Amino acid sequence: MKMTVEETEQMYEEPEASAAPKQLDGADVLIETLKKHQVEVVFGYPGGAVLPIYDALHKNPIRHILARHEQGAIHAAEGYARVSGKVGVVIATSGPGATNVVTGIADAMMDSIPLVVFTGQVATTVIGTDAFQEADIISITQPITKHNYQVKDVADLPRIVNEAFHIASTGRPGPVVVDIPKNMATGIFSPTDETTGEVNLPGYQPTTTPNFLQIQKAANAISTAKQPLILAGAGVLFAKASDQLVELAEKYQIPVTNTLLGLGTIEGNHPLFIGMAGMHGTYTANMAIQTCDLLINVGARFDDRLTGNLAHFAPNAKVIHIDIDPAEIGKNVPTEIPIVADAKEALLALLEQNAPNGNTAAWLESLQINQKEYPLFYEASEEKGLLPQQVVELIHEYTNGDAVVTTDVGQHQMWAAQYYKFNHPHNWVTSGGLGTMGFGFPAAIGAQLAKPEAKVVSIVGDAGFQMTLQELSLLQEMRIPVKIVILNNQALGMVRQWQETFHGERYSHSLIPVQPDFVKLAAAYDLKGYKIESYEDAKVQLKEALESDEPVLIDCRVVQKEKVYPMVVPGTALHEMIGVKPE
Amino acid sequence: MKRIITVTVINQSGVLNRVTGLLMKRQFNIESITVGHTEQPQISKMTFVVNVEDEQKLEQLLKQLQKQVDVLKVNDITEKSIVVRELALVKVVAPPTVRAEINSIVEPFRAATIDTGKNVVTYQVTGNPEKIDAFIDLLKPYGIKDLTRTGVTAFVRETQKVHTPQLSIL
Repeated sequence: MKMTVEETEQMYEEPEASAAPKQLDGADVLIETLKKHQVEVVFGYPGGAVLPIYDALHKNPIRHILARHEQGAIHAAEGYARVSGKVGVVIATSGPGATNVVTGIADAMMDSIPLVVFTGQVATTVIGTDAFQEADIISITQPITKHNYQVKDVADLPRIVNEAFHIASTGRPGPVVVDIPKNMATGIFSPTDETTGEVNLPGYQPTTTPNFLQIQKAANAISTAKQPLILAGAGVLFAKASDQLVELAEKYQIPVTNTLLGLGTIEGNHPLFIGMAGMHGTYTANMAIQTCDLLINVGARFDDRLTGNLAHFAPNAKVIHIDIDPAEIGKNVPTEIPIVADAKEALLALLEQNAPNGNTAAWLESLQINQKEYPLFYEASEEKGLLPQQVVELIHEYTNGDAVVTTDVGQHQMWAAQYYKFNHPHNWVTSGGLGTMGFGFPAAIGAQLAKPEAKVVSIVGDAGFQMTLQELSLLQEMRIPVKIVILNNQALGMVRQWQETFHGERYSHSLIPVQPDFVKLAAAYDLKGYKIESYEDAKVQLKEALESDEPVLIDCRVVQKEKVYPMVVPGTALHEMIGVKPE
Repeated sequence: MKRIITVTVINQSGVLNRVTGLLMKRQFNIESITVGHTEQPQISKMTFVVNVEDEQKLEQLLKQLQKQVDVLKVNDITEKSIVVRELALVKVVAPPTVRAEINSIVEPFRAATIDTGKNVVTYQVTGNPEKIDAFIDLLKPYGIKDLTRTGVTAFVRETQKVHTPQLSIL
């Protein structure tokens, strides 16, 4: 990301030759720099400290999506970034505007989503005086950003913005905050040699090319392994390396499991795919981890929800860990063959080695036996009522596995992960690391803007949806055809499940018997609403709703006491999972 | 185990906050920290002493520090041949009757008297932290009125005697 002096001068050139050169202020320069980065859409909310920036936006439009709460704006930007692979851009004002995006920033940090968040700030002359709408957002966001900046000189603005985009989108992606004091946005920008905007980051040089010796070692290990297993995480998606991953798996006949965030790296119905691993992963996937002799982790970070009890994790496995972030290697699981690299480059290098094939036939066969013996299951009956798993299966059926699916966190998230089989990568948008309620619906708006042609289904719980439902205004305003499917069990489902299992069925503040009429709510926002209470209704109405070109809200009243199984109880190892078979 | 770690950083406002904040977030305890410019004004060097549980934690600490955008270089110099220095100012109760006695104790430490009052003397002593501990222990019986220590700063010696093992992928 280098700009020459000429380019910079062109950028700020005044089109009218006759008039004296118009002076640009910081806000103009900001918008120009965003254009240079091909930013097509920004998500935001105006306020006092960002008035100059919004004025520049008015004069020089980039598409701006006015959310109804800053949290909605940033989750939408996350959904946009996840699906498009581009940097999500957010603008919020100082003080409360900035603190309202904190959850989204932390969420993006945990799930490595590239964001550049511009926050307004009070003028540099009054910073530190507890001025109106002042918050020290730099200190607040320091532990939850990849990096952050406060602009202290207008001349630095182009460089800081360029660096922010560079940092957010390269290496392990992540959120970058740029705090812009009001007098920096209004300050006159006078381009000089020092303000070419050139990126200058001597302390930031991500390694993308794998070490050749480690690749050789890994290739050898792969060809000699009898029971190899690939664990593919979101790193594969960021590197756009799904094809290479599948090629490697097919070439060496290695089964593949996914982390929650890695879903979509391999087709959900691929014969080598054995389902998601972890707390609510499949029995087959978890047992494969526990019995494999070679675990090839590509772009996953061995999160605690994946590993279960670390002391007993993958006891027989030699571990290959491919990660672009060296700090993830060896953090939780001892690693024999560390490969710090971009996942695509590492996979290509591994394929290039062309090591001889091992024989994994017996291993695959044993996994197939497990798949047959211990499939994901639920017990449906007409008296019981509509089951959430049935709803997800129907969504899968009616969208042919091609939809973009977004979720919050909790039971509905796990059911979506278990029962929606993705045909394509970059279609799964969920809050994994931070586990943010209220994420899924606004994220779906961003996802739909990134892929206008796609069917975007937001599967949410009744409680999470009510945390950010004000963004329904956006569907109304722009006719964004997001399909909201509420798996409504009138409870904080996962909390309730844990209270039932671990707290003696004491449902402390987890049941919500009083619900709004979601159909009327939809009507209030001029949207079509559905209420579905039985499987028979679901088959008709869900189909109709999902086939519509309009935004819809579907309230599915599902069985309250349904639990997510199988499950690795916290503190236990993966092979000790419970609920693997019907009782 | 106690480790001495030097971190070379870009001298920007907030960089100390970033480094100490990172250590707090990852649950590392800083025993002492010193910061100052290097020969280049835009670059600062921090030296800190931390207590870490094991090698794995140590590796995490070094890698997390290295990840910071403003951090240029991270070194664990504990096992290297190094010069370690700390400075302490110690105010001791020293009435004229015992002053000669105290001076004779202080002398081998090459401590300097930097302030004298009627009954109180302030010494400045420089050396490795153990030497300063010993100095303070010896003066304690006389009554220490005030004490301040700078924390450790350290340097790798020009000639290295021992080979130090490199951590896996740093």
